[in-house]
Amino acid sequence: MTGHVLSWTTFFPLIGMAVILAMPRNRPNLIKWTAAAASAVPLVLSVWIFVNFDRGEAGLQFVERVPWIRAFNIEYFMGIDGLSVPMVILTALLSFLCMFASWNINKMVKGYFALFLLLETGMMGVFCALDFFLFFVFWEVMLLPMYFLIGIWGGPRREYAAIKFFLYTLLGSVLMLLSMIALYLMHDPHTFDMTRLWTEYGVYGRTFQLIVYVALFIGFAIKVPVFPFHTWLPDAHVEAPTAISVILAGVLLKMGIYGMLRISYPILPVATVYFAYGLAVLGVINILYGALCAMAQKDLKKLVAYSSISHMGYCLLGMAALTPAGMNGAVLQMFNHGTTTAMLFLLVGVIYDRAHHRDIEGFGGLATQMPVYTGIVTVAFFASLGLPGLSGFISEALVFLGAFPVFQTLTIIAVIGIVLTAGYILWTLQRMFLGTLNEKYKSLPDINGRELFTLVPLAIIVIVLGVWPMPVLDLMRRSLGWIAEMAQRV
Amino acid sequence: MATNMPADMVTSLVLILLLPLAGFAIQMFFGTRLPRKGDWLSTGLIGISLVLGIVMFIRTLGVFDAGYARQVHWPWIDIGGFRVGMGILFDNLTAVMLMVVGIVSFLVHLFSIGYLHGDVRYSRYFGYLGIFSFSMLGLVLCDNLLALYVFWELVGLSSYLLIGHWFEKKSASDAAKKAFLTTRIGDVGMFIGIMILYAKLGTFRFDEIFAAVADGEIGGSLLTWAGVGLFCGAIGKSAQFPLHVWLPDAMEGPTPVSALIHAATMVAAGVYMVGRLFLLFTPEALLVIAYIGLITAVMAASIAIVQTDIKKALAYSTISQLGYMITALGVGGYTAGLFHLMTHAFFKALLFLGSGSVIHAVHSQEMPDMGGLRKKMPVTFWTFLVATLAISGVPGLSGFFSKDMILGASLAFGMEHSSHLIIFLLLLVTAGVTAFYMFRVVFLTFLGRPRDEERYAHAHESPAVMTIPLTVLAVLAVGSAWGGWFQALVVKPELGQYRTAAVAPAVPGGEHGEAHAGEHHEAVHDETTIPDALHADPEGHETHVAGGDHADHGAAHRAHQIAMITSILAAGLGILLAWLFYGRRLFSAETVRRRLAAVHLLLSKKYYFDEIYAVGVVGTTLWVSRAARAFDTHVVDGAVNGTAWRARGFSWFIGLFDNTVIDGMVNGVAGTVTAWGRQFRRIQTGKIQNYLLGLVAVALILAFVRLVRGF
Repeated sequence: MTGHVLSWTTFFPLIGMAVILAMPRNRPNLIKWTAAAASAVPLVLSVWIFVNFDRGEAGLQFVERVPWIRAFNIEYFMGIDGLSVPMVILTALLSFLCMFASWNINKMVKGYFALFLLLETGMMGVFCALDFFLFFVFWEVMLLPMYFLIGIWGGPRREYAAIKFFLYTLLGSVLMLLSMIALYLMHDPHTFDMTRLWTEYGVYGRTFQLIVYVALFIGFAIKVPVFPFHTWLPDAHVEAPTAISVILAGVLLKMGIYGMLRISYPILPVATVYFAYGLAVLGVINILYGALCAMAQKDLKKLVAYSSISHMGYCLLGMAALTPAGMNGAVLQMFNHGTTTAMLFLLVGVIYDRAHHRDIEGFGGLATQMPVYTGIVTVAFFASLGLPGLSGFISEALVFLGAFPVFQTLTIIAVIGIVLTAGYILWTLQRMFLGTLNEKYKSLPDINGRELFTLVPLAIIVIVLGVWPMPVLDLMRRSLGWIAEMAQRV
Repeated sequence: MATNMPADMVTSLVLILLLPLAGFAIQMFFGTRLPRKGDWLSTGLIGISLVLGIVMFIRTLGVFDAGYARQVHWPWIDIGGFRVGMGILFDNLTAVMLMVVGIVSFLVHLFSIGYLHGDVRYSRYFGYLGIFSFSMLGLVLCDNLLALYVFWELVGLSSYLLIGHWFEKKSASDAAKKAFLTTRIGDVGMFIGIMILYAKLGTFRFDEIFAAVADGEIGGSLLTWAGVGLFCGAIGKSAQFPLHVWLPDAMEGPTPVSALIHAATMVAAGVYMVGRLFLLFTPEALLVIAYIGLITAVMAASIAIVQTDIKKALAYSTISQLGYMITALGVGGYTAGLFHLMTHAFFKALLFLGSGSVIHAVHSQEMPDMGGLRKKMPVTFWTFLVATLAISGVPGLSGFFSKDMILGASLAFGMEHSSHLIIFLLLLVTAGVTAFYMFRVVFLTFLGRPRDEERYAHAHESPAVMTIPLTVLAVLAVGSAWGGWFQALVVKPELGQYRTAAVAPAVPGGEHGEAHAGEHHEAVHDETTIPDALHADPEGHETHVAGGDHADHGAAHRAHQIAMITSILAAGLGILLAWLFYGRRLFSAETVRRRLAAVHLLLSKKYYFDEIYAVGVVGTTLWVSRAARAFDTHVVDGAVNGTAWRARGFSWFIGLFDNTVIDGMVNGVAGTVTAWGRQFRRIQTGKIQNYLLGLVAVALILAFVRLVRGF
């Protein structure tokens, strides 16, 4: 098993999906437990990967390689480095927890969990694939279940949100496909092998690089999402069921940044350096614009969605700087945002399940009625506003410290974001949890055991990485150093 | 310069730091299930911390060396190309701060047992006190800027939690939010300062930064900006103009919290920071610091005169006194500023706890509801009076010595740079005003006739658990400055002693730059053997430090004498006026108020800062955020939806075209089959372009179907 650990991690959920499809429709609990078990295996494997990953190695590990479509030189080529490992762990963890967050789904249970497992396979595949074609296949595999999960199990405007998500992502896919084909055709011999594209980047001319970079960038920017390609996100988040919002924000958004770092950076160094400043500008816009929009939201879930836009801006700023602190900060921010925002969406789900609305102004004084819930919200909120001692601070600080020497003015402007973030978070905290309790919520039950089970592991990660971030930084620092080097071979 | 810290010292200091944190964790998870809700546990843990702190302090006294410093440093984050460590720097200043924080925190814990008896969130309150003590101790123990920022934010968190302890009240939750946000604005500047220093020097460690400054690796306007940036943090945390507005509101927190956080320790963190980083402030930066402090001192003192809420009066007094300390540091009075930090911590904590005792007795914070409480609450009265005498600068008490030093330093600075003589003059006036408003509080609260008979009838002296802390603090407010030990131990650092390249060629120059972790300690160790040689070279610091303590001894002595005499006069005058107004009632405050109605309005409205900020800052930000939302919905998303609409219209047209024209032309099954066959054959050509075409087509069809059926 260990020889093919990545294949097992990626495809085990697919086995689970097949089993679920074979199950009778009227056994929802059996289906749920099967799904949980099927997503537990990748989690265990990712822990194994975490333990056995060689931290001193910058290159690829656990590589699997077999020819797939010989005619086009397409391979089944899987492997991970320090950039992928945190994402693989994050995907496995969030998928597993989200199975439990989906426990009260009772509409078409079989379909939901089957699609969810298919989604997990797609996500894992994206982070493990090293053949561009394979990467693209996984990327598309992921899109389909996501469309149905939002469109069928979502909120009142689910169809609008799903189609918007789908079309937007499809536009990105088309651009990515075009870029992929261009890279393939312009390389002699034709290949989709990313490792060869990285090392033999010299075949691509300057203009070609710039054009392909832009096309790829739009494709990835839609996923991040980068302003102005972001408006699918608030709709998709608001309409998606809780667990799907968690996956969307926790994993899918990371794929945009991952794609840029995995593909654009090493393959298109000329363009990377050329566009670095622009990328940083977009990052700062994301940070400030996202925070300002978040501040004006009345729907809690929309607020969290916009906060994601803001927080992904830090990744852009950090990676644009191409410094060790900036790069590590950006990827650590991906991981930290994954855990923090997952907590936030789970917490939104908890209150929505009880009060059946998400209107921030409609609450008040919940701290007295739901003290445990409030405590966990406080941890997640403060992690989100970058309080030292919690994980978000480390990545934000690294991003700022890494970006400042390169983009001084931009970074100074971006630092203002920490006040805006604190502003909307504390204001929300006050409106929902402080003050006097709304009479109609006198009997609201506090958070239950299942919900705690989904939240506590994330809270522990947020606190531990806030105090001691080296476990994650150790995984990625060498590979990121290598990527930064590759991106600056001009 | 610091030498390596012995292991037993590390253990003690780490214990001092972590015991309150353990208290926090225990209270959060098990607090309500413990007997007495765990108040004894929290108090006991901070008590052990305090005892260890006292042991460390006595050890320091035993050494009695102004240059005493021990340091330990561990790696924390290392990603190759970016390294930051965590460490403890223990010198005389740290020892004093540990003592101050430990004593006040312990006494406040004790006092709270009485004051918050029966509170709804009693155990949580003690937990928060624990995390505050942890953060504050960390702030004074750490040895680098990033760690300082970490604990800086954490004290802000605990302040937020404790101000909002009674969060059912809107005013309390507003105040908590305001405190956090206002101080965070300052923290932006502080972080920018840290970024400048790191980008230039590649280190966060105090000693390495000082060494770089001494070696001239950084200087000029860049260093000034770094210093001003860092000072912004102090402006926020120490409630300096123009970010002082949060501190009066913070009085919404329980009174013991006001004593601990918003009087004695956290708000003094800005002063501590300026002192700790003193060597990196350029003369220009120090001048900014001096004037910000001066404006704060004068402004807040004037507002304090008209307050009727006893806590608000004390809050403005705190702001004013913090301005005093900041000014002192700005004019180069390093020892004076930090000295006042310590004495102020004791007498101001005492004043707040005393006011807490009064509030506990009369259930009101309004001084018009009080009066004559001296007879009912003798211990509270006498201790409060002692603190008032101390803050007024009456000779013999602790506040006198430190305030006198500040005035001396500012006069010496003014004599050296006559254009800045105004600093001394205004500080002197403020000293008089301070004495006036503090005695006003004493007269209104404890003396005269009770103005509210009912409240007076129910008033009673507080229990021993509250009066013992008052008594202990009273002793400290009187005697903590005696013996001149502070002036001997906390002496202005010299930049020269950090110089590596120029003076100590034996140490390779490169070593300093990359010196991290272990190897650095040895380099540092070598240098400590030649400190005297460094003192002989005043160049570095004369250009760097803006006068003050540096005027020649004769002038300094003369300045000191003038300052002492005038400050005693100012205090006496202030007390006399307060007595005439509120004791003898020879003058009527009411008449003055009516005569100076405009001034009174301006003061009682606190110079309209809150109103200006509410419109200018909060209002603008909210307006911009709503504009951003509108832009997002209508412009950005509008463009997206508009595109969808146009695509929908276009596809409708194509559909029509397809149905009437195309379909009309295609006749017969055979033709259709042929067409399909051709289509399928084309897919299998293996041309990737076709795949793309198919993808787009599917997308369009899907979009078409969805859109026609309506969104």
